[in-house]
Amino acid sequence: MNKSFLIRNPSTLWFLLGLSIFTIVVTILSDAGLGIMSTSFVKTLGKTLCLCLIAVAMDVVWGYCGILSLGHFAFFGIGGYAVGMWLMYARTEGIVLDSLATQTIPPTAQEITDAIGNQIFGVVGSSEFPVIWAFSDSLFLQLLMVVLVPGLLALVFGWLAFRSRVTGVYLSILTQAMTLALALYLFQNDSGLRGNNGLSGLQNIPGFEDTPQSTISLAFFYASALAVALGYVLFAWVTSGKMGSVIKAIRDNESRVRFLGYHVESYKLFVFTITAVVAAIAGALYYPQAGIINPAEIAPIASIYLAVWVAIGGRGRLYGAVIGAAFVSLLSSWFTGGGAPAIPLGFYTIQWTDWWLVLLGVSFVAVTLYAPKGIGGLFDYLVRKPS
Amino acid sequence: MSTLLEVDGVSVSFDGFRAINNLSIQIGEPELRAVIGPNGAGKTTFMDIITGKTKPDEGRVTWGDRNISLLGMSESEIAMEGIGRKFQKPTVFEDQTVRENLAMALRNPRGPFAVLFYKKTKEGGQRIEEIAAEIGLSDSLTRRAGELSHGQKQWLEIGMLLAQDPRLLLVDEPAAGMTTAERELTTDLLKRAAKTRAVVVVEHDMEFVRRLDCKVTVLHEGSVLAEGSLDHVTADQTVIDVYLGRQ
Repeated sequence: MNKSFLIRNPSTLWFLLGLSIFTIVVTILSDAGLGIMSTSFVKTLGKTLCLCLIAVAMDVVWGYCGILSLGHFAFFGIGGYAVGMWLMYARTEGIVLDSLATQTIPPTAQEITDAIGNQIFGVVGSSEFPVIWAFSDSLFLQLLMVVLVPGLLALVFGWLAFRSRVTGVYLSILTQAMTLALALYLFQNDSGLRGNNGLSGLQNIPGFEDTPQSTISLAFFYASALAVALGYVLFAWVTSGKMGSVIKAIRDNESRVRFLGYHVESYKLFVFTITAVVAAIAGALYYPQAGIINPAEIAPIASIYLAVWVAIGGRGRLYGAVIGAAFVSLLSSWFTGGGAPAIPLGFYTIQWTDWWLVLLGVSFVAVTLYAPKGIGGLFDYLVRKPS
Repeated sequence: MSTLLEVDGVSVSFDGFRAINNLSIQIGEPELRAVIGPNGAGKTTFMDIITGKTKPDEGRVTWGDRNISLLGMSESEIAMEGIGRKFQKPTVFEDQTVRENLAMALRNPRGPFAVLFYKKTKEGGQRIEEIAAEIGLSDSLTRRAGELSHGQKQWLEIGMLLAQDPRLLLVDEPAAGMTTAERELTTDLLKRAAKTRAVVVVEHDMEFVRRLDCKVTVLHEGSVLAEGSLDHVTADQTVIDVYLGRQ
């Protein structure tokens, strides 16, 4: 990655500039500045940035490489679970130690572990720590899990799928099946991740009990903005140059690329895995801001929304994915959060909480049919090349 | 001229239909060879077998000086051995520029990480210029391949084959849909390429084959019906009966 790379890709520089301005404006409006913007809205924007990051990853795997994965939200969720395990363990440990501190006889290590287990798993009728929580006391190891678990899952799944030359709609179905299987597994109480309760209280960061949420929210907002910036530059680099040429060629005519001597499966596996890891990092930043993660987050519909965002924003251009994710997800929370006024028609009243999905579905169909370049396609009118 | 490719006793069936039936062909290096035959004679399947797209039921396909078997190798491995293929329908990457299309085909390491960290080299750029000159697309390097005319796309694809620097070029109906002037250029291009390597041209068009002025193999129902100069095979009574007689 050298200087000329950024100069050759002015859209990346423009994006970074826009992101920086956005970050500064939010800081000024937040409690750290004028105090106009509520903490919860800062969190919403931070979460939106994480969604933008996974959308960029989705755009690379789908828009550039032609793999319509309906499973990338599963990697996002795994990232969230991995970081959530440490958050929950460390916080519960703090609470347990505080409450046991008043006892006259100092508690043994076993008693402490049992008490923490009871606190965390009591809700699913257990107090034993499942094997997968083995590293939950170490932030470093759990952060490693954020990258390793989805990375390995994507690598193994991708290897099996691409090696068998599963492509197109069959691959989409396969990724969706993987996502569904994971969600159904997590819904079980004995999955070791608290079943449908999921992990909660993730907004309380251990070690920062006395720090106000307004500060924490801003810190996560910055971290998310940084992650988006780094992820964007990484993927702009991957999709430029010869690598970009090859993966776009795979999207357009896979077998031709094979006859050119490229091992197509390796490329797909590379793209699938690297985007899965970035999706997981986005998830690991998202859920501490959301405060809770449960298996419903991983349900296949989430991955389908992801594809819808990218399609509406504009496939095959990274900023399109960012625009799509930000625009649709913010609009979605406005409509479903009761922000949009109901429309009384006399005989029927349109409640947007119910009708938003219909509107989204119609826009998706309309964009696919009439504006395949999505919202990002509008930029082509701004920078019209002399022809 | 030494034998580069030897197809020996190869048969393949699709759902009971014998597309290739005990086919044996030898290609030397360098050599220009035309393969002709009526529809369904097995010309495209013959190419599919050599390039690894179709696995034969029986027979051997041996390649190169060390007589290695191509059966069991993947398409990309066979391509890296030095066999380039041009499809019947021009298949270039229309979204990308002529230069990008050629750069992708250049003989360079093909692994994902080698490609990710690939740096443009002066030699590579020169080679692209040379090939572009060869295929008459010097002025179009920055154009999107999708904007090219049908004939230019065919040439670009031949150029991509040359960029791969293969020892054997398999060219499927290069003249289809070309104007007379374009055909002449294509003939010259293939003849020049065949000076240093083996070129196998599958073609329907007799006039085009006559211009190539090379050894001809006539396929019929999946096996070789006749082989020799064009005049020799067109004088062959069985060839006239099954192929030429129909016209």
